[in-house]
Order: sequence, then C-alpha cells, then structure tokens
Amino acid sequence: MINFGYKRNESATLDLDVDNSELYKKLLKEEPSAATCISCGTCASTCSTGQFTDFNLRKIMLLCKRGDTQSLEPIINRCMLCGKCQFACPKGLNTRHIVLILNKHLHAGKIS
Amino acid sequence: MKSIAIIGAGIAGIEAASRLSKQGHKVYLIEKNPEIGGHVAQWDRLFPSQEEAEIVLNDLIKNLNNRAEVLFNSEVQHCGKKDRQFEIILTGNKNLLVDVILVTTGFDTFRAQRKEEYGYGIYENVITSTDLEQMFKKHNVVCKNGNPPKRLAFVHCVGSRDEKVGNRHCSKVCCATAVKQACEIKELYPDCEVFNLYMDLRMFDRHFEDMYHEAQSKYYVNFIRGRLSEAGENKDHQVVLKTEDTLAGKPLKLTVDLLVLMTGMEACDTQKTLNTKLGLRSDTDGFLSTKDVFTQNNFSNTDGVFFAGTCTGPKTIPETLADARAAASLVNAYLMS
Ligand code: SF4
Ligand code: SF4
Ligand code: SF4
Repeated sequence: MINFGYKRNESATLDLDVDNSELYKKLLKEEPSAATCISCGTCASTCSTGQFTDFNLRKIMLLCKRGDTQSLEPIINRCMLCGKCQFACPKGLNTRHIVLILNKHLHAGKIS
Repeated sequence: MKSIAIIGAGIAGIEAASRLSKQGHKVYLIEKNPEIGGHVAQWDRLFPSQEEAEIVLNDLIKNLNNRAEVLFNSEVQHCGKKDRQFEIILTGNKNLLVDVILVTTGFDTFRAQRKEEYGYGIYENVITSTDLEQMFKKHNVVCKNGNPPKRLAFVHCVGSRDEKVGNRHCSKVCCATAVKQACEIKELYPDCEVFNLYMDLRMFDRHFEDMYHEAQSKYYVNFIRGRLSEAGENKDHQVVLKTEDTLAGKPLKLTVDLLVLMTGMEACDTQKTLNTKLGLRSDTDGFLSTKDVFTQNNFSNTDGVFFAGTCTGPKTIPETLADARAAASLVNAYLMS
C-alpha cells in the first residue's frame, strides 16, 4: 500500500453508547463501596506510585466506570498495595480491595 | 388597625401573611394568578425528605386560616407614597391604602428555549425539571412516544452560571433537585440508566450530602462532571449529547431517551416593574438589593417597603419560610414603633 504520510487515529471520545460496563459491574458486586467515590483525588495525591508514574487511582476508577478498561490493563499492577490511599480516602472506600479486584479481572490473577 | 400589602402569594407571601394577620394586622395578599402557592404548587415531592409539596403547602394555607384578604388575578398597576402610607391600584381599579408593603414576588424560572443549543421546544424528548415534576404528579413519566425512558440525563445549571444568557449566579436549589429527581427516576424505573451532567455539585445544606451518597450507593446514578455543549436528535428522536468528562480529561458521547434541563431562577418580571414604582434597586444579578446583606436583608432602601423570599436571591423552601418569618417580625416591630 502506498504510504500517503497520514494515519487514522483511534477516537479519544468516551462513547457511553457502547456497553462496556462488565468490569465495573463486577467491581461493584465485589466491592460496593466503589460506587461512592467522589473523585476528590485524595488517594492519587497521597500515592507514592503516583509521584513517579502516571498511576492515578482516582482516574483508574473513573475510567473503569466509563468502560474505558483498555487503558487500565498495563498500569493496574503498578500499585504496591501499601494502603496509604485507604487511610486518606474521605469516603472510606476499600481502595486496596478495589485494586486487587481490578487486577484479578484484568490480569486473570497473574501478578506480574 | 395597621395594614400591609403582601405582593405575591407564593410560600413566602403566605407564611408572612399568616404571621402578620395573627398579630392583628389587616393583610392584603395580592396574587396575579387565580391560585396561591407559586412554584411550590407545581412541585410533586420536595428534597431532602421527599415530602409531598401539596402537604407542605396545605399546612401553610391552613395556618393562614382565611385571616388575610387574598386578592386573586390582581397585579399592581400603580403604587406610590401617599403621606405616610402607600396607595396601590390593582387590576380592576381596586384601590388599597396600606402602611407597609412586603415584596414577596419570588422568581421566574429560566425559559429553557433561550438555551437553544439544548433543543427545548425543538426536540420532542427534551423537558425541564418543572415538566418532570408535572409528570411525577400525574404518575406518567414517559418519553414523547409513551414509552418509559431506558436512559435519562439531567443537565445542571441551565440558565444559571452562564454569562451567555446573562446569568452569572448559581440558582442554589437545582443541584439538590437534580439529585432528588435522579433518585425518583430510579425508584420508578430501577433499570433506567441515569446520568447527571454537572459543573460543580452544590450539595450545601443539611441532609444533601446524604442524598448524594444514596444516589451513588443505592441508585448507581452516574455523575459526569462537564457542561453539555450541545444536544442533537437522532432519527429515533433520542437525544445525543456531547460533553467533556472533565475528570477523565476526555470528550464524551451519550445518547438518552429523555433529557431533563435543570432550569434555574431569575429575577421576576413583576418585581422589575415594582422597582421603578417604589424606587427599589436590583443588584447586577437582577434580584432585589437589600439595605445590608448581613443585618438588614429584609429591608429595602425605601422606608416601609420590606422583602421576603427569593425576590432577594435564590433560596430553598426552608430558607424562604425562615426569611418570611423574619420579615414578618420586622414588619410587626416597624408597625408598633
Ligand atoms: S495502595 Fe496502591 S494506590 Fe494506594 S497509595 Fe499505595 S500504591 Fe498508591
Ligand atoms: S480518595 Fe476516595 S473518594 Fe477520593 S478519589 Fe480516591 S477513592 Fe475516590
Ligand atoms: S445549584 Fe447546582 S445546578 Fe443549580 S445553578 Fe448552582 S451549581 Fe448549577
């Protein structure tokens, strides 16, 4: 094929008309507190992993909710499960459990 | 016997009228509509307790106990100072001479047609929060085609916090109303997906945060932070929404069966015509300017003219009633001095 020097980008839009809620539904079932996140970012600001990588638990949970699970797969296992975020979260979310559940389903239990 | 004209028989007017008539004054309650109760009369249930608006309103009317003279279908044609009193001429040339005027003209609901890009009056499945309350009242929450909505979105801040329509102010009650209505939809149709598109969630008052928590934990309402840029209609008459999920930092597309616009509060037209007649002033937001925001919020700059309720800015129902009671006691003290 002739290379015309341009390419097609994937759409960056979150398309809520496509049902991609499977992972979020599993998460809610196993850890109902996930529904009550208020996206305040306390977890992300306290997270040591977040100081050095683009790991952001607030955003991970939000993207999971919006069905954008692809982007989570490569980063979810960066969490050290230290639990700092859980101490800090004002809504009392069981954040470590949330990470473990997401990791379990995204990586089918493999810790890499 | 001293006399008072209360202009506007919404809940502020009714509450002030019952207090002042109980204190032995002659009260004229002037209402431009054929019924009293104002906006609350159009509502089904009230946040945060889900109490029926009708019950609250009936309690207020019962308290009034027919003591005040209610003048229906009456608008102020003319009013002005006459010696130490005020002369008021109403529609039908009825003439009143009173010692005090209490302005309780309330607010006007933002006309959603003015926000044309949201399609109210253009797309058949775009309604306002007031329309939804009417549907709740009639137990008939459906799309135009008669089907229950499977997906529904609320747009916060319609006509508020929007300098494009000339309103910078926040209308205060629409966030709580949107969360209340979202929960009511889920109560009615548990399988309906509900989305709230908000800029900030202003759940400021007692029990409001509990409502928000319940909307998330019990009803799984989806809160999306971002202002709707425009709505379109597809061939099935669904409403297609484009917004940014500002917390994800990504544009977002969403199609719903029914779109509810949370129309805000604006200064009321009746009040604006009173301004010139009584020498009252409005602030830049259009609502009445009070003598002092902290200590004299029920006083106008004209001696003998008082304010109560949402004519001095958006208020919840408990705030409006408390303001009406405060105004009534100040009017009473003024008349006794
Ligand atoms: S548990 Fe994970 S997400 Fe929470 S602070 Fe520690 S590393 Fe960050
Ligand atoms: S601290 Fe808790 S509420 Fe705040 S964003 Fe993180 S998980 Fe959500
Ligand atoms: S109360 Fe909420 S919806 Fe209403 S104008 Fe204020 S921020 Fe917007």
